[in-house]
Amino acid sequence: MTSAPGAPSDAPLRTSVPPWRNVRVRRVAAQGVFVLAVLVAALWLWNNLTSAMARTNLTFSLNFLRTTAGFEIAESPIPFRAVDSYGQAFIAGLANTIVVSIVGIVLATILGVLVGIARLSRNWLVSRLSAGFVEVMRNTPLLVQLVLLYAVLRQLPPVAGSISLPGSIYLNQRGLFIPSPEAEATLGPWLGLVVGAVALAFVLRRIAVRREDAGLDPRRLGLVGLAGLIVIPLAGWIVLGAPISFDPPVLERFNFRGGTSFSPEFTALLAGLVIYTAAFIGEVVRGGIQAVRRGQVEAAQALGLTERQTLRLVVFPQALRVIVPPLTSQYLNLAKNSSLAIAIGFPDLFAVSRTMANQTGQPVSVIVLVMATYLTISLATSLLMNLYNRRVQVLER
Amino acid sequence: MTRPARLIPMLVAVAILAVACETTDPSPTATQTTTGPTDGLLSTIQDRGNLVCGVNGGLPGFSFLEQGTGAWSGFDVDFCRAIAAAVFGDADAVEYRALSADDRGPALQAREIDVLIRNTTWTVSRDGQWGNFGPTTFYDGQGMMVTAASGATSLEDLAGATICVQSGTTTELNLTDQMRALGVNFEPQVFGDIDATYDAYSQGRCDAVTSDRSQLVARRTTFTNPNEHLLLDVVMSKEPLGPVAPLGDDGWFGVVKWVVFATFEAEEKGVTSQNVTQMRDTNEDPVVRRLLGAEGELGALLGLENDWVVDVISAVGNYAEIYDRNLGPNTPFNLDRGPNRQWTDGGLLYAPPYR
Amino acid sequence: MTAEGERWLPPPDMSLGRRAWLRQNLFNSWWSSVVTVALGALLLWATVRIGAWAISEARWGVVTANLRLFLVGLYPADQVWRVWLGLTGLSVLGGVAAAVYRGGAVRTLAFWLAASQVLLAGLAAVSELGLVAALALLLNVGATWAAWAAARRLPIAGRALAAAWLVYLVLALILLAGVGGPLPVVGTNVWGGLLLTFLLAVAGIILSFPIGVLLALGRRSDLPAVRVFSTAFIEVVRGVPLVTILFMAAIMLPLFLPGEIRVEHVIRATAGITLFSAAYVAENVRGGLQAIPSGQYEAAHAIGLNAVQTNLHIILPQALRSVIPANVGLFISLLKDTTLVTIGAGLLEILGIGRAVLAQPEWFGAQMEVYLFIAAVFFVLSYTLSQASYRLEAALGVGKR
Repeated sequence: MTSAPGAPSDAPLRTSVPPWRNVRVRRVAAQGVFVLAVLVAALWLWNNLTSAMARTNLTFSLNFLRTTAGFEIAESPIPFRAVDSYGQAFIAGLANTIVVSIVGIVLATILGVLVGIARLSRNWLVSRLSAGFVEVMRNTPLLVQLVLLYAVLRQLPPVAGSISLPGSIYLNQRGLFIPSPEAEATLGPWLGLVVGAVALAFVLRRIAVRREDAGLDPRRLGLVGLAGLIVIPLAGWIVLGAPISFDPPVLERFNFRGGTSFSPEFTALLAGLVIYTAAFIGEVVRGGIQAVRRGQVEAAQALGLTERQTLRLVVFPQALRVIVPPLTSQYLNLAKNSSLAIAIGFPDLFAVSRTMANQTGQPVSVIVLVMATYLTISLATSLLMNLYNRRVQVLER
Repeated sequence: MTRPARLIPMLVAVAILAVACETTDPSPTATQTTTGPTDGLLSTIQDRGNLVCGVNGGLPGFSFLEQGTGAWSGFDVDFCRAIAAAVFGDADAVEYRALSADDRGPALQAREIDVLIRNTTWTVSRDGQWGNFGPTTFYDGQGMMVTAASGATSLEDLAGATICVQSGTTTELNLTDQMRALGVNFEPQVFGDIDATYDAYSQGRCDAVTSDRSQLVARRTTFTNPNEHLLLDVVMSKEPLGPVAPLGDDGWFGVVKWVVFATFEAEEKGVTSQNVTQMRDTNEDPVVRRLLGAEGELGALLGLENDWVVDVISAVGNYAEIYDRNLGPNTPFNLDRGPNRQWTDGGLLYAPPYR
Repeated sequence: MTAEGERWLPPPDMSLGRRAWLRQNLFNSWWSSVVTVALGALLLWATVRIGAWAISEARWGVVTANLRLFLVGLYPADQVWRVWLGLTGLSVLGGVAAAVYRGGAVRTLAFWLAASQVLLAGLAAVSELGLVAALALLLNVGATWAAWAAARRLPIAGRALAAAWLVYLVLALILLAGVGGPLPVVGTNVWGGLLLTFLLAVAGIILSFPIGVLLALGRRSDLPAVRVFSTAFIEVVRGVPLVTILFMAAIMLPLFLPGEIRVEHVIRATAGITLFSAAYVAENVRGGLQAIPSGQYEAAHAIGLNAVQTNLHIILPQALRSVIPANVGLFISLLKDTTLVTIGAGLLEILGIGRAVLAQPEWFGAQMEVYLFIAAVFFVLSYTLSQASYRLEAALGVGKR
């Protein structure tokens, strides 16, 4: 690069470095050149963009968010009507994305942990099945799984021939219909009882753990807590009267009315995301547990720790340290993958935005808005998981 | 890594770019007022050598891939071919781009396509936002298809029903408007894809499906038992379907417009694919002679060859031929021409004079 | 854990009799036995149900009747020989590579390339493609074997092989795209099916590699401007779904370029995939860079290398070697992610073709068959690749110290 021949007047007595050999000058210059190059490129792109946008009547304005959307959204946790604005439509889509992501993350974690543990099971059939599940899920595209799952759900009987399960639960190709819980007057006091029972069980568990660490048998206390958890709410239910009543779905001419329903689109998306992500989480969990060295377990046993204590005090904390970072990226993937909903007609953020981009004729502003929203979701998730990760890592040593 | 290995990505990049990017030398000044026949989109297309036509791709009768041959065919496709015939004298110089309803506006705005002929309804908000709408090639109205078993005969009967509709369409918006006006509650099920919409309906996910009546009729023929599905006797809206040219190029818009009108005019004057060359050579009617370029310089005004209409008509025929070939009595659709008749027969097709 | 006697004893025989094996692995406790029986029954029931459906009910004709579409999309039927020819080149080079690199990974890949062509030939024989295509595919398998057998006796340098691959990639692209004359131009708009799936993934990984390496170096640069830019790019791209990037590439890429340049749809999708995967390559490479002990930098500095030389000659060769398996993993996910171009960019890769095929009236409602076929294709491809990647990992000694 800049070697000796480039600097002809290399006076032997000079002590100060020439500017082009000065590290600080070169650093500033290199950054200057880089920034300049980026700026020029950005300016060129920007120039092209603005002239193309002017030519095609596109703007960056978000004013359309206040105008009436005029289209319906099939389902959303937030009530939405066609008379509402584009902004509200966007929020409704966002709410769908968030609900699917949160529920998906919770379920995928549970299933993933099960899969990971099953893979390490001493039962050959269980571990092989788990391995097979992981391989099939990881080696086929999620989008194909989703459309396949949706096609399977379509094979369910039509509304008129719904599969009816006890307790007014109906299953057909338009979804799962269950009675929706309605609060009664006694709900408040009953919930109080439940909270009390949980608190009691929690306290008992802490005591039990302390006793176990002191070398005493903890089992009885734990059982008492567990029993309280079941008996107290049950007794409250009987004494106070039912705290909730159920509004069952009723078949009308075309559809079920009342009750709570899960559409096949929502179900397929959620199930697809959960199953796919669980396979990856299963591998993460397995890797985490296997990363704890055998000697750690042996040492714990040598110290006389029980099997449960070994798991709780030695294996899990160390495994968690390994698990949390890759788990975070799986959570992020799940949230991002929810954008595949469009392929099966579920109105998530991306699907609603596609319609908005089309109806408003302002695809550029819409796509920028959507990407910014997903970025915010991702950054928020990362932030939360990083906080948790820091807590887990503190346990290290 | 060895040195050649390091070069691989670069060379592949160059190869891909060389294969795929087509840069045209004369940079067309992309201002709103450019109308000259020698620059603008028309010359870009001529230099490129083919027309990029945005179509539906999933609509039998209008634009679909023919089974077996894998060739594009349909009513909309024939208009793509007509424009290509006018520009190049070769109706096959078309690159079709199948677009979903949601993608067509942005595709037009980004000039990804030269013309959109995708059963697109002309509305005031689309005109001027997506592009310039040419003459309507098919006057349609929104309909509602239900299963015969449902027993529904009117929109009011559909209270509480699930209705399938495609996103990004005027029908999606009309459905909401109409039902709101009638005070009928319904559950929408929206799909981004035309096939998904009709799959869902035919498998019972929805009680009814709504779209342009022509589309419903066309899709019904693809069902296992077409007779089990009925169109309700309602027309929920006006749906004038026609070609759309990108904004900001009046010259190219003129070409699109007058190619469509030429098929109207040819039908009115009795020019068909069979007799077009003969009529150019022997017909004495000055209107026909001007239309077919035997007289006058009308082609040059548009930046086309003077006998461009001859190329169009011999390639795809006049409007009646296009209609009958794709939608007429000898097709599974057997759509009545209804308002899509010549004005002389009490229809709405009316070409301005070729003068 | 060794024997305590004076003499070394051979390790104890751990192999079990059949009964003992069953006992230890399936019925080692009552709980385990219950699980085994329940799962076994469920598995049997599912196998019988699905098997019965697959044999008697499923209409697999949808696959054989449209096999050409699935493989090459709308690529003109009379030009499909070009794809087979391209595959022959791949087969030959695969055979040579298997002979040159004696490691298990390349051999696994070459074996699977041959095996999947045999499978495909079987499928082609009963499909619309017919016996000629099947024969062509079998000839390719022969070519792989012949190339392997020949190359084993020849001293072929890795360098020459790399050059051959480079030439092959360029020639294959020219062969597919055409130049006119006897090789008519085939526009990228008709490329589709598995061919497109492959091309998108390969182009994506190759093109994103240099960008990713630069971004990784940029993220670790001590120049703040470069670092901030690289970090921002990587995090933004990793924070948004691929569909939105594809959508943006499809809609906005033309707007970013001067009006007279028209970019093919396939190129837009490739650009989107490349940008997307560059961010992930960058993170992989960064991992490799972090694993380089700082002594390497110090030693390079001590012998007077500047930053560029240090990276080029000392750091990158080590770092890139260690991230090969991670990048194979990335390639596998990219291969699967190419399915998104059917919803993000409207291209007809294999899933898009599947959806188009389902619109044909006679294959109405054959969704399960089509999607299962596509899933099976992906499974074979990516399972093979992941197996090769494990072997590569073992061969490179990554993950072991």
